[in-house]
Amino acid sequence: MIARARWLVHPLALLPLALLFYDFLIDNLTANPIQEITQRTGKTALILLILTLVVTPVNRHFRLPDLVPLRKRLGLYAFLYATLHLSIFVGLDYFFDWELILLELSEKLYVLVGLTAWLLLLPLAVTSTKGWQRRLGKRWKGLHRLIYVAASAVILHFLWLVKSDIREPLAYGAGVALLLTLRLPPVRRWLPRRTPE
Amino acid sequence: MRAITPLNITPEPLYLNRRAFMRTFGAGLAVAAGAPATLLGAPSEPTDLPTSFKDITHYNNFYEFSSNKQAVARMVSGFETTPWQLEVTGRVAKPALFDVEELITRFQPEERVYRLRCVEGWSMVIPWHGFPLARILEAVQPTPEARYLKFITVHRPRQMPGQKNGWYHWPYVEGLRLDEALNDLAILATGLYAKKLLAQNGAPVRLVVPWKYGFKSIKSIVRIELVKSRPTSLWMRAAPHEYGFYANVNPKVPHPRWSQASERRIGEFRRRRTLMYNGYEEQVAHLYAGMDLKANY
Ligand code: HEM
Repeated sequence: MIARARWLVHPLALLPLALLFYDFLIDNLTANPIQEITQRTGKTALILLILTLVVTPVNRHFRLPDLVPLRKRLGLYAFLYATLHLSIFVGLDYFFDWELILLELSEKLYVLVGLTAWLLLLPLAVTSTKGWQRRLGKRWKGLHRLIYVAASAVILHFLWLVKSDIREPLAYGAGVALLLTLRLPPVRRWLPRRTPE
Repeated sequence: MRAITPLNITPEPLYLNRRAFMRTFGAGLAVAAGAPATLLGAPSEPTDLPTSFKDITHYNNFYEFSSNKQAVARMVSGFETTPWQLEVTGRVAKPALFDVEELITRFQPEERVYRLRCVEGWSMVIPWHGFPLARILEAVQPTPEARYLKFITVHRPRQMPGQKNGWYHWPYVEGLRLDEALNDLAILATGLYAKKLLAQNGAPVRLVVPWKYGFKSIKSIVRIELVKSRPTSLWMRAAPHEYGFYANVNPKVPHPRWSQASERRIGEFRRRRTLMYNGYEEQVAHLYAGMDLKANY
């Protein structure tokens, strides 16, 4: 069942991009379209990153191995949106004005942690293929644990960029914290695990 | 200094954001692809054309209704602005209670086209209708102890759903030093584009201090108190390290989130450099002579 529905990840993950394009065509991106598309791509990247982190614990505790191939696809889509988000910042918002971009980077911690998150995701996207997985062997798993750091950095990024009311980033942060806690060995052992029938 | 002079007739610009966006989006791709800059033409001298009526009335920071700038215009329908009285009290010889209609007939609003610079890094040009705050102060006669003005927005959680958000201390409060309030640029606005103010823009009467970040220009005012000591504004209380009492537009004082060195004019694609005191240096710089502007942000 799950294996047959797995292709749905592609249209679903591309839907926010399609909506963005649609809203662009009907001029529905607010009076400040660049900020709107920055926020939307950032938010989508974060949600996809969280979904990527959901796969492993769900499979572990509910025995749903058919979900596992989704992890790579969700992760790559998260990276796609994060890259769009970063490109919008550099190419549309700041229009390749490197002087201003460097000023932002040196002045604002939220930009610095955002960039850190993207730089951590980059090697994961590159080494997501079967070939790299084989080549890296045991080290592959260790490398891909960087997603924990990246997701935490994105939460910091979000926390530092909202104006005063931090409840929304805190809610996402709680989600990430839960998903990381489920991976701690004592928690993992303590939680029930469905054995294969 | 590029002060904007009042215009008799303000044409409502009809350009579409999307057009400007698409045009320059193409240019952006060309730059990204390494096209020589000459192909794209040199950037033209920045102008101060009024922002479209639609954008001014559909992109509003008015947390009393919503923190979503697009949603505000949809949320204001239940907000009653007539009748409306503005009380001016505190350290004044002649406290007064003005009816808004009376304010308009008595003080004869005129058109003032001002730049508005939001602390969030965007800006507009708005043809306000208003009269100098100094005119009201002449009428109420501040006593010698009066050193500051404290402005208060109406508190009506039933009509202003955002006021049910417990994160902030309602009602909205703002403040000015008396000499700032007496500056001719400081106005109380009652209209915009020759129409009465709409609720989302702070109807029926609001402050406009164009050399300060937009949040200083408090909306839907019910009371102005002349006081001895410096009032604490809502934003100073919410985040004291980010929002100071003065909040003068200053490209050299950074903010942890938004660029203060540059801004995006609504309806335009490229950022502009932000001007000191939002371009009103000549008129207001003397108010802050000798002050450390980094400490008094
Ligand atoms: C160099 C890298 C990055 C830069 C320069 C950057 C810049 C920005 C900017 C300018 C905003 C909008 C702030 C505003 O509200 O005006 C933003 C929001 C956001 N970004 Fe990033 N970002 C970066 C990396 C990332 C990454 C890698 C992610 C996620 C995987 C991410 C997720 C978000 C989220 C969730 C928001 C909030 C959206 C909202 O307000 O709804 N960012 N970022």
